Parts: sequence; C-alpha cells; structure tokens
Amino acid sequence: MVPLSWYLTLAAALFSIGLFGVLVRRNAVAILLGVELMLNAVNINLVAFWRYSDALTSMGGQVFAIIVFAVAAAEVSVGLALVISAYRRRNTVIADELDMLKW
Amino acid sequence: MSEWIYVALFIAVGLIIPIGAIAAGFILGPKKPNPIKEATYECGVEPVGEAWIQFKPQYYIFALVFLVFDVEAVFLFPWAVKLGQLGLYAVVEGIIFVSILIIGLVYTWRKGMLEWL
Amino acid sequence: MTGAQIIFIVVALYTLGSALMVVTTRNLIHAALWLVSTLFGVAVTYALMNANFIAVVQVVVYIGAIAILFIFAVMLTRKDMRDSGPQMNKNWWLGALVAVLVFAGLAFMLSGWSGFSKVAADLPSGFDSVSLLGEALVSPQAYVLPFEVASVLLLAALVGAVYVAFNRK
Repeated sequence: MVPLSWYLTLAAALFSIGLFGVLVRRNAVAILLGVELMLNAVNINLVAFWRYSDALTSMGGQVFAIIVFAVAAAEVSVGLALVISAYRRRNTVIADELDMLKW
Repeated sequence: MSEWIYVALFIAVGLIIPIGAIAAGFILGPKKPNPIKEATYECGVEPVGEAWIQFKPQYYIFALVFLVFDVEAVFLFPWAVKLGQLGLYAVVEGIIFVSILIIGLVYTWRKGMLEWL
Repeated sequence: MTGAQIIFIVVALYTLGSALMVVTTRNLIHAALWLVSTLFGVAVTYALMNANFIAVVQVVVYIGAIAILFIFAVMLTRKDMRDSGPQMNKNWWLGALVAVLVFAGLAFMLSGWSGFSKVAADLPSGFDSVSLLGEALVSPQAYVLPFEVASVLLLAALVGAVYVAFNRK
C-alpha cells in the first residue's frame, strides 16, 4: 500500500510546477494553465487526506474536492473571459503589456 | 481497485486500434507523394486559407454554458443517487440549486448569446 | 515494492512530466493538450485512492469542459497562432528558484509531521461513496450551505463571464 507521504510529495511537486508556470509565463492564458495545475495539486491533497483519515464515512475531503471543481470552473470561465476582453480592447494577451494601471 | 482493470483494458484497446490502423497504413501502403495528395483533406472540397485562424466568439459562450451545467450535473448526481432515501427537504434543496442556475441560462438567452451569428 | 506502489510511481512520473511540458512548451495549443494529459494522470491518482466518483468527475469536468475552454480561448485570442517572441520572462531563473524553494519548504515541513508516512485503512466492504456524498451534500448537519453557495458561485461566473467578454458597446 502506498503511504500518505507519496501523495503529499506528488501534490507538492505539482504545486511547485504550477507556481513556476504562473511566475514565469508571459501569456495570460498560460498563466491560467499554471493556476489549474496548482488547483489540481490542492485537490490531490484533499482526496488523500480523506482516504488516509480514520473517519472514512465523513465525506468532508471529497465534498471539498467537488467544491474546488466548482471554484476552478468559475475561475477559468471568468479568467479566460477577462483575457478575451483584454485581447479585444488592447490586442494583446501578454501579461507584461497590460500595464494601464501602472501609469 | 480491481474494477479499474476493465477501464484500463478499455483504454488500452482504444489506443491499440487507432495506433495499429495508422501504423499498418504507414508500413504497408505505397508512398508516391504528389502535391494534390499532400493537400489537407477537407470533405473533398479544395481547402481555402489556413487552418490556424481566429475562431468565432460563439464557441466560447457555448463551451462556457456547457461547463457551468457540467459542474451542476456533478453536484446533482450524488443528490439524485440518494434522493429516494432522503426526505422532502432534499428535493427542495435540489430545486433551489437548479433554479439559481436557470437564472444564468435565462440571462445568457435574453442577451442573445445563444444565437449562432 | 508492491504492485500499487509501482503503478503509483509510473503515474506520478507521467503526471509530473506532463505538467513540466505544460509550463515549458512554446506552443499554447500544445500546452493545453499537455494539460489534458496531466489531468488524466491526476484522475488515475484519484482512482488509486479509491475516490472513484472524483476520478470520473475529473475526466468529465476538467478534461471534458475546462481544457476545451482553454483551447477555445487560445483560438480566440490570436489572429496568427504561430508563437513569436519568448514565452518566458527574462528572469525565469528567479521563478524556478522560488518554485524549488517552495517545494523544499513544503517537503521540509511535511517531513517533520508525525502522520506523514501513515498507511491507509482498507475500505469497508460495500462502501458506497456516491451515496455518502449525496447524503453529505444535502444534509443540514453537513454541507448544504456550500452546496447552495456553489450554485450562486456558478451563476456569478456565468453572468460575469458573458458580461465581461461579450459586452458590445
């Protein structure tokens, strides 16, 4: 049987890769792809803590995993709508060039 | 765990058949290319322009509405499985849940976003 | 090493490799397709944890809808899909450093925790997680409020996304 530590390490690695994507990519859509990886890492943790807890019949971990699905759906739909809106007004999706608020 | 073996088998067969078909065509077929053969196949019509163009925004709206109701179905599936053993309050909660989302569908519809321009 | 451990290692390496491709590929469509591959690996991870419903939901919602939304968004935001210019910041090494430090910090914190190498108990026979989930979602003692708030959140997302992206002046 796989110990809990393996799942937590996998989730930590996935979270770090997602963080790298968020920090480094220039395209706003690619930044959102990194956010998706981070949300998935969180979900692995939630399900792992449900599976390895002593009270298996209390479904807290799985319920919150499903809530995270809803949050991810909301985040993606509004985030990509913002990117599309910015593209229509400013004709760019590079995050560095969307700097109107800096001036 | 063991019930997933069937899913794995299904995925394996689903991968082997197309890969095998393409590989068989690649290995057995004669290769005499000419420009007309190399052209992209587009239902028999001559291809016009490039494939890498900007798409209509309507695709995004439909995918968006699909995504929202997909997540709704995820919430309603466990509710529906258990509905027979739960009382009236579960039915009322489900109706509230669905009717809140119907508002969003009505909004999208009234804005004319579901028309294919 | 048991069979489950070998399967886990293969799936984990596949998932992490696909995730690395997501953040490093230049072509955004390819990055979105690598995201599909990563999400599939995560779904297999859920299945390894006996969370069957979550695994199916991962395929239906993430791969079936969210990844498709990403691909549509990429198609909508460029007239010419070929990528030009660098895809990463000038100081990408700083981001890599931060990511490695975060991973090291998380691993350090977790390794000091007493429950870190816990082993799971077997599921009781006849364990029906979907029924339990349905009960938990609508029972007033459990999670009925998050259930209804999720509906409001989805409504806000739908209306907000339609308004933001397609408000014709």
